[in-house]
Amino acid sequence: MTQPVNNKETTTDIYRRQFLGKTAAAAGLALAPGMILTEVAHARSADQPASDKNRWGLLINTNKCGTGCTACVSACQTENGWGEINKSEPHSKASQKAVWIRKVKLKDKLTGHVQSLPLMCQHCEHPPCVDVCPTGASMKRKDGIVLVDKHICIGCRYCMMACPYKARSFIHEALENQKVHAPRGKGTVESCTMCVHRVDTDGTPACVEACNAEGHQAMYFGDLKDSNSAISVELRNNGGQQLRQDLALNTGVRYQGL
Amino acid sequence: MLSHKTIISTLLSVLLLLPVFAQAGDLMPVVPKAKAKANPDTLCIRDVKDMRKNHMKYILHKRDKTLREGVRTKQDSLAECISCHISKNDKGEYASFGDSKHFCSSCHNFAAVNIDCFDCHNDKPTAASKTGSTIK
Repeated sequence: MTQPVNNKETTTDIYRRQFLGKTAAAAGLALAPGMILTEVAHARSADQPASDKNRWGLLINTNKCGTGCTACVSACQTENGWGEINKSEPHSKASQKAVWIRKVKLKDKLTGHVQSLPLMCQHCEHPPCVDVCPTGASMKRKDGIVLVDKHICIGCRYCMMACPYKARSFIHEALENQKVHAPRGKGTVESCTMCVHRVDTDGTPACVEACNAEGHQAMYFGDLKDSNSAISVELRNNGGQQLRQDLALNTGVRYQGL
Repeated sequence: MLSHKTIISTLLSVLLLLPVFAQAGDLMPVVPKAKAKANPDTLCIRDVKDMRKNHMKYILHKRDKTLREGVRTKQDSLAECISCHISKNDKGEYASFGDSKHFCSSCHNFAAVNIDCFDCHNDKPTAASKTGSTIK
């Protein structure tokens, strides 16, 4: 008679164990999303794609930007291998050569007030360059960075005409000694990539780093979708203007002090 | 008149000897050895035969993953191919694409298959690019 009783006890025990096991698993599952949420704010691993949970942006304070200072421009050239450091395109005029970022001087004729600011691809939410591209080479990543896929760019330059910021350049001649992380070549259009290779490894664009190193601290880089990021806090507290706000492109690059 | 047997055996022996003739006549491409093994356990990224046949598909897939999605793993990264497979020319410098000592050129010259990867990408490793000792 003892046998059935024992059997019953064993079955109950198994049920109890299974129940406890399932509860523990459920608790584990409940924890997992929380852990993923905290990870999004920081670096993603190399095998994870860029997500629309981030939108990378820049904020430039024109009052802090040094007139005559070109640290951001030289840093971009060194990082991405264009301009002075790459002596290619010998048959092209200076005005025909690639410019990823340039310093622009604004002078108010009435007051004589002079402002200086760096101008590069504004990484629009609704980029006109992407709209006009016939091949899909001009594209916007999920995290808001606007790029040219040079693999399928046919060099038609529609995007250069469509861009209201004159941010794109065309390469006319064969190049050599490109940077490994910044491939660029003849017959394709290019522009500021917001140092996407750095962003993907949780880094900061070269221009921002150079500006900070110069002690100007005029540029912020960060996630516009993260309300606690330095750039979002600064934008919330002190505002930031878009260039050509009337075009409603919702640019990822904002300016203060204009 | 030759019998069927004789014809078949002659054909077979010619076919079997073809690689020997090819080696002797230097008709096969001389592919430089990689300087580092990507994965110490399996010796290569993938099986050599698979890579010879399908490398273009792997790097084509990877280029879109990297550029459009920002996936920057070392597996199938062109920069990683270059950093392991680079070899030096007679002058002791890294061979450029086009030079038969360059890993890609060694076969592409032979097969007369033109590629434009190195119109934009650097055909040599730079100080910043490391050898792919660990594949993620």
